[in-house]
Amino acid sequence: MMSMNTYEIIIVGGGPAGLAAAIEAHKGGSQKILVLERDRELGGILMQCIHNGFGLHIFREELTGPEYAERFIREMESLGIEYRLDTMVLELRDDRTVDIISSEHGFETLQAKAVVLAMGCRERARGAINIPGTRPAGIYSAGAAQRFVNMEGLMVGKRVVVLGSGDIGLIMARRMTLEGAKVLAVAEILPYSGGLTRNIVQCLDDYDIPLYLSHTITNIEGRDRVEGITIAKVDATRQPIPGTEIHYDCDTLLLSVGLIPENELSKSAGIRLDPVTGGPVVNECMETSVAGIFACGNVVQVHDLVDWVTEEARKAGHHAARFAQGQLKEGSPDLVTRAGHGIRYVVPHTIRVGNLEQEVDLMMRVTEPCKNKNLVVRHGETLVKKVRKVHLTPGEMESIKIPVEKLQGLSGELNVCLEEVAHEA
Amino acid sequence: MIDITIIGGGVIGCLIGRELSRFQVKTLLVEKDSDVANGTTKANSAIVHAGFDCKPGTLKGKFNVEGNAMYDRICGELSVPFKRNGSLVVAFSEEELPELHSLEKKGKQNGVPGLELLSGDEVRRKEPRLSKTIVEALYAPTGGIVAPWDLAIAAAENAMDNGMELRLDTEVVNIERIEGGYRLLTAKGDAIETRVAINCAGLYSDHIHNMVAEPCFKIIPRRGEYFVLDKSEGNHVSHTIFQCPTPNGKGILISPSVHGNLIVGPNAEQVENPDHVETTAAGLNAVREAATKSSPDVAYAAVITSFAGLRSTPDTGDFIIGEAKGAPGFFDVAGIESPGLTSAPAIAVHVARLVRSFFGNLTFKTDFNPVRRPVVHFSQLPNEAKAARIKKDPRFGRIVCRCERITEGEIVDAIHRNAGATTVDGIKRRLRPGMGRCQGGFCGPRVVEILARELHIPMTEVRKDRPASVLLTGVTKMGAGG
Ligand SMILES: Cc1cc2nc3c(=O)[nH]c(=O)nc-3n(C[C@H](O)[C@H](O)[C@H](O)COP(=O)(O)OP(=O)(O)OC[C@H]3O[C@@H](n4cnc5c(N)ncnc54)[C@H](O)[C@@H]3O)c2cc1C
Ligand SMILES: Cc1cc2nc3c(=O)[nH]c(=O)nc-3n(C[C@H](O)[C@H](O)[C@H](O)COP(=O)(O)OP(=O)(O)OC[C@H]3O[C@@H](n4cnc5c(N)ncnc54)[C@H](O)[C@@H]3O)c2cc1C
Repeated sequence: MMSMNTYEIIIVGGGPAGLAAAIEAHKGGSQKILVLERDRELGGILMQCIHNGFGLHIFREELTGPEYAERFIREMESLGIEYRLDTMVLELRDDRTVDIISSEHGFETLQAKAVVLAMGCRERARGAINIPGTRPAGIYSAGAAQRFVNMEGLMVGKRVVVLGSGDIGLIMARRMTLEGAKVLAVAEILPYSGGLTRNIVQCLDDYDIPLYLSHTITNIEGRDRVEGITIAKVDATRQPIPGTEIHYDCDTLLLSVGLIPENELSKSAGIRLDPVTGGPVVNECMETSVAGIFACGNVVQVHDLVDWVTEEARKAGHHAARFAQGQLKEGSPDLVTRAGHGIRYVVPHTIRVGNLEQEVDLMMRVTEPCKNKNLVVRHGETLVKKVRKVHLTPGEMESIKIPVEKLQGLSGELNVCLEEVAHEA
Repeated sequence: MIDITIIGGGVIGCLIGRELSRFQVKTLLVEKDSDVANGTTKANSAIVHAGFDCKPGTLKGKFNVEGNAMYDRICGELSVPFKRNGSLVVAFSEEELPELHSLEKKGKQNGVPGLELLSGDEVRRKEPRLSKTIVEALYAPTGGIVAPWDLAIAAAENAMDNGMELRLDTEVVNIERIEGGYRLLTAKGDAIETRVAINCAGLYSDHIHNMVAEPCFKIIPRRGEYFVLDKSEGNHVSHTIFQCPTPNGKGILISPSVHGNLIVGPNAEQVENPDHVETTAAGLNAVREAATKSSPDVAYAAVITSFAGLRSTPDTGDFIIGEAKGAPGFFDVAGIESPGLTSAPAIAVHVARLVRSFFGNLTFKTDFNPVRRPVVHFSQLPNEAKAARIKKDPRFGRIVCRCERITEGEIVDAIHRNAGATTVDGIKRRLRPGMGRCQGGFCGPRVVEILARELHIPMTEVRKDRPASVLLTGVTKMGAGG
């Protein structure tokens, strides 16, 4: 039997979520913290996002992805928090042990008092959306293309069509254009874009790249390399409408068709997942259904802004430290959140009011774009909180903060929904 | 002069190469693509058929049953994953019963062991996810599943370990008769002189035949399309589920794959040219619709990819195996449509026998080793062995493909073995990086980097698959190029 190393807190993933969780756990008094990262450097997906636009909320300035990560990496290093690169977590168990491997240390099993999951997400693949045609070279997920272009300095193509209007696809449309490629079109199957409005303006409109909503790819041509792509308009059931086809001669297709939280490890530990978010079901402390295993960042829900990842991770790190020190109150939740009319999901899923320090931050996405609605939290018929929203879209995460006083003594369901704004005479 | 040249590195050519590598002859395998197993062998149902649906007395019937029986041994020797999961042909109505019963009868005539007719309820006890409408089924315990490309690659590697030569990117464009043999002209412009030539060119085997002999058969490409589902659906059924065959073929099946995915397909559609391996919306819809009859609740949301393969259907109705008329020393192994994969090991032994008698007196090598050097599947090693392996070679401590848990050590090994990978798809076929949920989104760039380093080529020269399948088109404005 190999001897087992023990830590107070083990953090899986060294992206922005893992970094912020580690720093916060340290501030919360944890001494022996270990961050495990499978890549060659810390920073996660941020390291390939060389564009501006990170940190507006947290730092009140516009940073590039690597610059944003760098601030956390430096802070973590100055606090002397231990981390290991090129180290992959292979297995996680509900007793908070992890199996890891690395070239340097080989295979090991570690024990933690608390674990924080921060594995991020992965991109949806082509097959999941099932485009007919050939399978030539020249089809990339937007993230893989981003890695080649931004990190290796290599071009993936010259004439490009993008499927899906997620943020990474939009950003890559601009990036490819700046690198001298011709981006012919972005096709989105939904009647609205899943990306941030600011990205549509700055990445497409400013470069005259057309965005075709309610369109999908109906064929890919080319035996060896992509030679052509056909898109067509879709009807309400998302079936292509004959006669609406547009053909492009091109050599590249970028897919930006959504992200999926990376939860293979969570599954192996028996952690309950939310079928809507694809991430773990979490409570007010970002603790999963397995006691002492916390989660934050894209592994819980796909975030559009890294700033919110950082906030969520701070919460997870803070409470993981409390758990490790025996300060969290275990027990069944007082409140369960419900996504009501117009809301796709709500995180956290459950609340133990006794663990709240000041407030609970409910995060959610709406089911479809809409204007002028009230975002409402109710307990039974009682109004807990109401916020007027001028513009809501699934591409932008919403949040509502509820002070702990308002929840004291409540139990049962907390219902979050959209309601019409009453006409004020 | 080379003694024997095999044209075409599919499962047929590779297994023939391995059989011939038992003898003291100089054998060469030429393949037009950048890897073996890149034709029909990489895109089919991957079923080792029991052999009940071939007409008794045909080559198909004979080699199917013989080939099936050879699978345990050959896959053991070559460390190729193979599983006898058993197959079921299901009938949905009384009208289909005569067909089902005739399959049983043909099976018995062909010598298929263990056939059994089951009632609808018995079938559903074996396979609870199957349709309520099934009234009866034919159960064949010897049916199996295999990874066809693994078999071909392993056979080529083992043949090379035993002295066979392999030339990739070598397309035969014409054949001339010369004194005592043939001169094969290649697309690159060089010539290969050989005493014996074996035509294993799959969809192109009629063209190759016609370069040497009078036309006497024609290959009609017939496409079949498939869905591949995530491993989360891999247990939907445990047996291979067929429907009653139609004149068009064996019909749509649902089967676990030997790698734990679920595969659903194929339809059958005649196409004009042997390059038409694209999937179509219509074809895939037809597959889905037909498969719903067998099992109504396959979760198509879990589809991770789709693909199409082309059957080399001969207009003669049976495999064409033997010396071509008027062309001594030129052997056809053509029209090898389904059950060609199943039959392949038996066909290889048969062809080796024909070639041997052509030469009269081939002697066996005394040092022939039928066992392939085992491939390390790191993720399947016990923990202690993992630790030891990383200590020996630290590259096994670096996971490149997250989804399938493949290490850099395994990738480097796949490149440097005999008949090793030279392309991204070649690595994929050997190890399955990029075949998991993310389909290469994360590991793609790393795999390109490793290939470039190990093959000593710039990253921009690494190809996906065939020579023209360029992945990277140049360097960025800022980029130094890697
Ligand atoms: C391609 C892409 C582009 C984006 N662009 C923008 C943008 O322009 N602006 C913006 O505000 N937001 C952007 N985002 C969103 C934002 O960057 C992410 O929300 C944020 O990076 C998520 O942080 P994370 O730490 O949760 O995940 P990640 O950054 O993905 O980090 C997860 C880390 O965990 C590691 N890991 C995973 N599994 C294991 C394991 N088993 N063992 C060890 N380590 C493991 C991974 O290697 C990775 O480093 C983008 C996201 C993506 C995916
Ligand atoms: C849809 C479908 C489903 C099937 N399902 C099954 C099944 O479940 N079970 C089963 O037993 N069988 C099945 N089969 C049949 C099986 O796949 C084939 O019989 C088998 O793969 C044939 O192998 P091959 O080596 O003859 O052909 P291929 O794999 O096509 O190999 C021929 C090779 O020759 C090369 N070549 C061609 N021309 C030249 C040239 N001029 N110079 C050099 N090289 C050349 C090609 O590049 C190719 O690599 C199926 C087939 C299809 C299409």
